[in-house]
Amino acid sequence: MSFEEKLTWVSTSVTVIVVLVYAWLVGGQISETPVGEIAYQGPMIAAAAAMVVLTIIGAIVTAIGAAVSAQITGERSVYDIDRSDERDAHISRRGDIVGYYVSSVLMFGVLVITMLQFEYFWIANGIFTAFAIAGLVSSAVKLVSYRRGF
Amino acid sequence: MGKPTRVTNSIRALRFAADEMTQADLADRVGVTRQTIIAIEQGRYSPSLEVAFKIARAFGAPLDEVFHYPEEES
Repeated sequence: MSFEEKLTWVSTSVTVIVVLVYAWLVGGQISETPVGEIAYQGPMIAAAAAMVVLTIIGAIVTAIGAAVSAQITGERSVYDIDRSDERDAHISRRGDIVGYYVSSVLMFGVLVITMLQFEYFWIANGIFTAFAIAGLVSSAVKLVSYRRGF
Repeated sequence: MGKPTRVTNSIRALRFAADEMTQADLADRVGVTRQTIIAIEQGRYSPSLEVAFKIARAFGAPLDEVFHYPEEES
């Protein structure tokens, strides 16, 4: 597995975990509290920050693991563990394009609920969900492309 | 699912003919990852012309001895 593919797994895992925790914390209140009174702002900002920080930590841990593995097996230089090439670039571009189209379509949905004057809660969470889904679809396209080729 | 490219290649045979050159050695010579060499060998990825020429040069072979494209059926 190339280093870039490992990083894609890291960001995908982080996104899934953080979104699930956020959904558990905030979504659980919907049935008990009017949405206008749910304090979603703090958890949403914390979730976005957590995604960035955990992805960076995951990338560092992955790099350390790859370096230790390279040192033990001696198969390649530790200075070469993060090599990426044109295939990584093509796959990344492909995933990003699909993610862009998914986010565009989902943002149109958010535009509609904004025009219909939904609560800010639904608009903010619609945007958050759209970005999360677009990111996950983009990652899924990249991971499938790594496995099946294109 | 079928292979995503119609381009075939003789990289595996050429590696063995070249003193059993490993995929890692070829990757180092070409400047790509070993996973990319594996993907090219298995027909899961068509490399750019530049990488294709580098691979051919690593074997000291002309491009069409390394990569093949089937004739169009009329």
